[in-house]
Amino acid sequence: MPEGILCNKNKVTTLEQLQALLADKSGKQYYQEMNNLDVDSKALWDMIQKSCKSRTRTWLDICTHCGLCADSCFYYLANNKDPKQVPSYKIQSTLGQIIRRKGQVDNAFMQMAMDTAFSKCTCCTRCGVYCPLGIDTGVMFSYLRGLLFSQGFTPWEMKIGTGMHRIFRAQMDVTTEDWVDTCSWMAEESADDWPGLEIPVDKENADIIYTVNAREPKHYPEDIAQAAILFHVAGENWTVPSEGWEETSLAMFAGDWEACKMQVESVYAAMDRLKPKRMVVTECGHAYRATVIEGPYWVGLATGKPPVESLHYVEWVAEALRTGKLKIDPAKKIKEPVTYQDSCNYIRNGGLWEAARYIMGQIAEDFREMTPSREHNFCCGGGGGLNGIGRYREQRNVGLKVKRDQILATGAKLVIAPCHNCWDAIRDLEEVYEIGIRWSFLKPLLINMIEVPEHLKPAE
Amino acid sequence: MYEFVTGPLAWLAFAVFFVGNIVRLVQYVRGLDWKLDRVTYSVNTSFGVRGAVRSILYWLMPFGTHSWRDNPGFTVLVFVMHIGLILTPIFLLAHNIFLQERWGFSLWSMPDALSDAMTIAVIVSAVLLAMRRIALPEVRIITSAYDYLMLAVAVAPFVTGLIARYAFSHSEPWLIVHVLCGEMFLIAIPLTKLSHFVLFFATRAQLGMDYGIKRGGMKSSGINW
Repeated sequence: MPEGILCNKNKVTTLEQLQALLADKSGKQYYQEMNNLDVDSKALWDMIQKSCKSRTRTWLDICTHCGLCADSCFYYLANNKDPKQVPSYKIQSTLGQIIRRKGQVDNAFMQMAMDTAFSKCTCCTRCGVYCPLGIDTGVMFSYLRGLLFSQGFTPWEMKIGTGMHRIFRAQMDVTTEDWVDTCSWMAEESADDWPGLEIPVDKENADIIYTVNAREPKHYPEDIAQAAILFHVAGENWTVPSEGWEETSLAMFAGDWEACKMQVESVYAAMDRLKPKRMVVTECGHAYRATVIEGPYWVGLATGKPPVESLHYVEWVAEALRTGKLKIDPAKKIKEPVTYQDSCNYIRNGGLWEAARYIMGQIAEDFREMTPSREHNFCCGGGGGLNGIGRYREQRNVGLKVKRDQILATGAKLVIAPCHNCWDAIRDLEEVYEIGIRWSFLKPLLINMIEVPEHLKPAE
Repeated sequence: MYEFVTGPLAWLAFAVFFVGNIVRLVQYVRGLDWKLDRVTYSVNTSFGVRGAVRSILYWLMPFGTHSWRDNPGFTVLVFVMHIGLILTPIFLLAHNIFLQERWGFSLWSMPDALSDAMTIAVIVSAVLLAMRRIALPEVRIITSAYDYLMLAVAVAPFVTGLIARYAFSHSEPWLIVHVLCGEMFLIAIPLTKLSHFVLFFATRAQLGMDYGIKRGGMKSSGINW
């Protein structure tokens, strides 16, 4: 059974494997090897029989092919209503076929299925909200990604990402030492302007355990400093764990369920170890989805909830504003028109639209909703891991058109996007389409708007 | 022949219909798996029930959801067809007279004019829905012969019923064809895609529970379908 050196059915579990993959620029060799990768039809069919039960089978069976899902899909709209972008067509021609053929599919089919599952669906689950029969095609595509992953058919970056999670318990090569060092570095950097500010590591019984996206320590350490400043001003008793600090899950995008479990276990272990009252995660949508919404199921927690009550950053901000822990200086509210990007992962799939609205009501004088918005909002165009996959960059950029037009229609030049993937996608859409917008997380905006109590200000 | 199709064959059709639908529902529920589906169906039950009920009721209401409102023409056709498909045969005067003769009981009957109108509405809706399948590229690409067959199976009892009633005033051959079509429809419901007759409630309830329990239902007033 031909297996490539880089592209194969094995999981990336060692640093050597990971480095070999990383050394293969743009996955050139990886994708060449994929052309010769055999499909183990028996294993594929076994897996389907074990994991594809009545929910998914009924979805596939009773779809009446009414086509109402078409207009709900931003890819369909962005691609001039190409019928091949209709969600029902996309899933029936991939997962539907694999099941009808009992796993007897070939390499070309698997590559087509991979291309469809990653470049024609971000698993935003909007179509499920528009289907009269409640068929959630986004959930099925996520399942399909898992089947493809088990056979070695996953984009190069996804293979790397899952390896990162397995080796570093983070989506990037950030070690415990790197993380802790970054925290102390950021605490030191902020010390002059914010006397008394700390980033407490591994403090037990704190009110809040704060967890992040590995991109923050790796590329945007100031985000950690900003979080620390806001907790400091709010007077929170908080901590970060030295291990189990990373909430994201490229493994979820890839469908590597084993690695998903490993990743969230590390976070839950930190909760068990440090016994915080609550957990707050940074401004990241899929991190919240992975650790708070799906994670308990990967780990097998019968309550369906993480070990401690867990909040997305917008929930914490809304609460801090409501309780007066953070106060906005009315003179510093955002005056210009501003819009808000509802992330699929914590808005549609997390129900947090009201928290976001409350925040906008507090910080903006001219808040403009996108149309549609809240749980009906369109994906930014970069969800489901798509931002990070070079092979599908062109398709991703076409998909961004829907978000571009939504933003333009608001007339706002500032987009608040408390989600790393949305933030990236909106940055990229500005780069590609140059519509003259700015984009931001909440933290930097809040820091410029909050009233700072006298005793927290630096001595003159 | 008439005695056979309205006797043993009718019993068989109703048996397949009732038993089949129950089996489909039971199989569906038994196949749910809280770990695989990632929904704690039996924990957080009140949120699950609320989610399921909302998910079913909003979608049973014409124009009750964004999707229905965004597609008004389709919505009218779908509701007219489904209401006609379900209510006309149950409350048709001729069916109830037949019931009275055979089993000694009957239900309320609607006036013939109304049942005629509903029958015609079902047929017209089905024809328009079939034309929609041809006309719209996004529907055409996912439409197969099976979809047309299902429409035909559902509408055949109505077409043959009208013929039996008007064109060949109660002629026995047409009546037999009509009864056979009705029985075929009943049998097809649990055995084909028409099983959405019951599975609509199952899949809607499932997604409602998913949203109600896991995807934000515990932190919001519930998804605005």
